[in-house]
Amino acid sequence: MKENATNIILKTNDLNIGYQHKKQVFCVASHLNASLARGKFVCLLGKNGIGKSTLLRTLTKVQPKLGGQIQIDNKELETLSTIELAKKMSLVLTEKIPENNLTVYELIALGRQPYTNWIGTLSDEDKKYVDLAIQQTHIEGIANKKYTELSDGQLQKVMISRALAQNTTLIILDEPTAHLDIQNKVEIYKLLKTLCENYQKTILISSHEIHLALQLADQLWLMNEKGIITGNTKSLIEDGSVSNLFASNLVTFDANSKQFVINTN
Amino acid sequence: MKSKPTYSLKFTFIISLLFLAFLINLSLGSVDIPLLDIVKTLFGDTSIKDSWQNIILDFRLPKAITAILVGSGLSISGLLMQTLFRNPLAGPFVLGISSGASLGVALLILGTSAFLGASATLSISNLSIALAASLGAFLVLAIVMLIAKNIKNTMSILIIGLMFGSFTAAIISVLAYFSSAESLQQYVFWTFGSLGNLAWNEITILFTLTFLSLLLLLSIIKPLNSLLLGENYAVSLGVNLKKTRNLTMIITGLLTGVITAFSGPIAFIGLAVPHLAKLLINTSDHRIIVPAVAIIGAIVMLFSDTIAQLPTSEYTLPINAVTSLFGAPMVIWLLIRKRKTY
Repeated sequence: MKENATNIILKTNDLNIGYQHKKQVFCVASHLNASLARGKFVCLLGKNGIGKSTLLRTLTKVQPKLGGQIQIDNKELETLSTIELAKKMSLVLTEKIPENNLTVYELIALGRQPYTNWIGTLSDEDKKYVDLAIQQTHIEGIANKKYTELSDGQLQKVMISRALAQNTTLIILDEPTAHLDIQNKVEIYKLLKTLCENYQKTILISSHEIHLALQLADQLWLMNEKGIITGNTKSLIEDGSVSNLFASNLVTFDANSKQFVINTN
Repeated sequence: MKSKPTYSLKFTFIISLLFLAFLINLSLGSVDIPLLDIVKTLFGDTSIKDSWQNIILDFRLPKAITAILVGSGLSISGLLMQTLFRNPLAGPFVLGISSGASLGVALLILGTSAFLGASATLSISNLSIALAASLGAFLVLAIVMLIAKNIKNTMSILIIGLMFGSFTAAIISVLAYFSSAESLQQYVFWTFGSLGNLAWNEITILFTLTFLSLLLLLSIIKPLNSLLLGENYAVSLGVNLKKTRNLTMIITGLLTGVITAFSGPIAFIGLAVPHLAKLLINTSDHRIIVPAVAIIGAIVMLFSDTIAQLPTSEYTLPINAVTSLFGAPMVIWLLIRKRKTY
């Protein structure tokens, strides 16, 4: 990948991730080198337990790195304050929202918090961004509902809308399509793709939807025991990296249909 | 697109209800005083009978004001704890504050009796009880916060608070076992709660500290709203989680600590009023729900106190019993009714 430096939103350099408990260190993955270019839709794929979540948690500053560097917008992640980071990166997490009375509009408007005044009053500009986010995710019809009344698919769109209202170039989503039916999975993937193409968002998601990822992602981050392989989706399919990622005596990769098929014997 | 529903009608309603509750509270008691004379007295009319003026200005008015401060303060504390711990069962006492206050008072009353004899407990003043309760509450809060400093998981703090409750209850049991019946009775009376024991200067202290807590509260309204999404989302929105957590605990500690010190551990209000308010106002936005909770807390406390006086009789029920006796079934009923609309 040869991108010019100003186009790189996120970059890791020799990154080690894992957990530290007192003096014991549990390294999950090491020497990770990867970067995200502006306007790209990137999927992070890998087996369960390989460290995808740990990587996302480290990139989003939820847990500290063990070594190496993470740069967001050419600045070291550690040097950014939480509020500065909130203006550069927004998240969609897998955790459930605690039950409360928020409406969809109020929930999305919370995405404006990094910009609002001391008590959180929405300015005209804030309202403009909230309306835009609602429009970008096509959820005008449910904006005045309580979020507890939504289906899983609708809720996920609302959470993406909230991230959009935060107006960051980078959006990171942790398994955004888990628990959704195929219709909603495709819808969410297409929505994310459109956001990258039409609004120059840079989106990194972790996923197990290999089939969808291979069809829609611009680039892939493939995580295996040795580290991380990054590249354009097409080239990674061609050079066999995708095939190697999950290939076992149970499944084989079929390059024509871009999916893994179950071995017959 | 309508961004924010208007709440002015609902607020007009609860504010009117607050005035009504205030007047009813002032007008009912063992002595029958006409409402008009009460209002006149409040506006400084000195032509009313002296004894009536005394009853109103030195007894009923301070008690009503105490009820308002106690009801608002406890309810807001309950709301803060429910938001912080994202647990509808949390109340103002989950940090162990009332256990701390109880321990302070138990040590004072039961300790005095154990070391200086039962007769010495009679000389214990109101203010020294308040002081002992404050010290106890503050001490437990300080310990819980010190432990919480090294704890990432907010839920663990909830359990630590509960453990402190059990721990102090055990110490109080031991103390009680070695105390005289008279001092035990005095301690039990304190745990019943009381709104009527405050002199004007004590009310000033209560008011000032409540006011200060509310000023501090203004600074965390915004992060509290983002906490509605959970801690990780809040941080991703730029919230300083540790600072917010500490401030929330300090405000709750200050409010419940000073209230418990002056009026005893009043149960139930802090747990129930936030639920009542959320059912009525139907929002989670703290900019709206905090004032609503304060007003409804005051109303509920005023009504509870009115009932506790058993109007036209000379007896008064323990306020703590009234709040739970009437409040608990009411909340159950409201929740059942809400379920049906789903």
